[in-house]
Amino acid sequence: MIWVDTIIQGILLGGLYALFAAGLSLVFGIMRLVNLAHGDLIVLGAYLILLLVTLTGLSPFVAAAVAMPFMFALGYGLQKFMLNRVLGDDILPPLLVTFGLSVVLQNALLEGFSADSQRIQSGPLSSASVEIAGLNLGVMPLLTFASALVVIIGLNQLFYRTSLGRAFRATSDDPTTASLMGIKPAGIFAKATGIAMIIVTIAALYLGMRSNFDPSIGPARLIYAFEAVIIGGLGSLWGTLAGGVIIGVAQTVGAAINPEWQILAGHMAFLVVLLLRPRGLFPRAVD
Amino acid sequence: MSELPTDYSVQTRTRASSISAIVALALVVLALALPAFASRSLIQDMFFILTMLVLAQFWNLLAGYGGLVSVGQQAFVGIGAYAMFGVVILLGFDPVASILIGGIAALVLAIPTAFFAFRLQGAYFAIGTWVIAEVVRLLVAQWKQVGGGTGTSLPRSATSDMWFTGAIETLFDVKSAAARDILAYWLAVFLAVATIAGIYWLLRTKRGLGLAAVRDNIEAAKSVGVDAVRMKWLVFLVSAFGTGLAGGLIYLQKARISPDAAFSLQDWTAYVIFIVVIGGIGTIEGPILGVLVFFILQSLLADYGSWYLMALGAIGVAIMLFAPRGLWGLFSDRTGIELFPVRRRLIGGGISGGRLSATSSSSKEE
Repeated sequence: MIWVDTIIQGILLGGLYALFAAGLSLVFGIMRLVNLAHGDLIVLGAYLILLLVTLTGLSPFVAAAVAMPFMFALGYGLQKFMLNRVLGDDILPPLLVTFGLSVVLQNALLEGFSADSQRIQSGPLSSASVEIAGLNLGVMPLLTFASALVVIIGLNQLFYRTSLGRAFRATSDDPTTASLMGIKPAGIFAKATGIAMIIVTIAALYLGMRSNFDPSIGPARLIYAFEAVIIGGLGSLWGTLAGGVIIGVAQTVGAAINPEWQILAGHMAFLVVLLLRPRGLFPRAVD
Repeated sequence: MSELPTDYSVQTRTRASSISAIVALALVVLALALPAFASRSLIQDMFFILTMLVLAQFWNLLAGYGGLVSVGQQAFVGIGAYAMFGVVILLGFDPVASILIGGIAALVLAIPTAFFAFRLQGAYFAIGTWVIAEVVRLLVAQWKQVGGGTGTSLPRSATSDMWFTGAIETLFDVKSAAARDILAYWLAVFLAVATIAGIYWLLRTKRGLGLAAVRDNIEAAKSVGVDAVRMKWLVFLVSAFGTGLAGGLIYLQKARISPDAAFSLQDWTAYVIFIVVIGGIGTIEGPILGVLVFFILQSLLADYGSWYLMALGAIGVAIMLFAPRGLWGLFSDRTGIELFPVRRRLIGGGISGGRLSATSSSSKEE
């Protein structure tokens, strides 16, 4: 029974990692851009929510909703004025620009909020639990997983049911032909990064409510997100969720055997998948 | 009908490169003589500059020439340093000889790393190497004989009678700690010179030409018979070996190690990337210029802590956006000067100075 509990906890933890990864997966799918500052942007979002909660006394969920337009604008501007300039066949410039951005963000947060670890207070919710089929499950992990499901269903709807989604898919397939049809790839990319930042805000909300955070933890979140995307297969959103779940289960099982092995076990799961299925479990996009 | 001229030759040498070769030789002599009249802190600064230069040159070989943007070079610094500590502490080897073991350990680690990382393309390769560096750090932190997660120091017995230090103590009349710094500094001079000469030699060989071709256009290079995969393996393994040697040497001088320091992304990869980007990626001159700029910035701004890192990141971003070939690229474009030219030019026969040959220049814009 303890093992069933461990695995369920791992699956629920996977929801958090899928939230980290969904924005990365979206941006990669549309413009083949890997944003090395993704993890730091999640941490930035967490501080923004924390700031709103502390200053106005809003509930964290409302604060996250207030933060979303700001994060969208940040992503839109970032893409439009900075990242669009370096997109191209050469992968080096976008990598190095986002790497520089990551260092700038980390240190700006360090300067603004100090290295002390923080937490977004969510009141009784943080310790609430429900009993389902004899298992005691935390409300917060359940809520995280449900949010991940909603985000992924929402993104799939956006992709396959709306004209914006059609523009996303067209630009992803062939930016030149798409622009012949009246789509401006630069604007599409900016909107995509803006939407990714909305998902980042949701990820930031749960990151901040579930555990302590400080300015230095961004890169580790980026790694988990990246592993989830690769395990799932490039361009597949449901694959990203599966990837997050695999990392989550590997980590909780590893931690159950030896607490020092938690992170290591997640990385090992990633390497095993890479060894057996180099293109991930459900590959869609051809890189 | 006029006969075809026969008195032509292919060469890479330019007047600037001939002058720079003489200047470089003079600088090396000066560098070797430096401990006779320089203060200990200057020697330590020079050691820092030279070891960062070595790391930068190898990262530049990987990313600038091999197109392999690794964010996991700290794996090789760390494993080189830990292998050095391991054989000194467990087997009682001399630390100086153990640096070589550090290089070999990094080379051995590079084989499975490449096997995994080469399955990933482009940006995913970058994060893949980073994951592997994290795995190695977490595994080394479990290695209790060298201190586990908290780290350890080189035993006094090993550092006190290290090779050559006795001779240096009598030669310069200094204490053993200062003698160790001088020894480490000399080894750093040797490693930096060997690195630059070695990379320059590699780029001028047929393999180097193939490497440049793979970087500029992989499909075109394959079509003329360049084995692109072998080229990637070559630069990855060479870079790992060199980075491992540098790691062993850096921790010989520090004499104290911990997993978080030896596998630091910031110290051994982020700084190195900024050095190469600011100086000019894809050239040998770039990292040299970059490490000097980096050192000056650090000396001026290090007291400001996170502001310094923010400035460094912002400069790196600005360079990549507005001058992607770095400071050396700006200078070289305006003056046409190359200190380490690798472009083959056809000279003589009335086409003097012509650029008829296949280019292996350092820039993609050619």
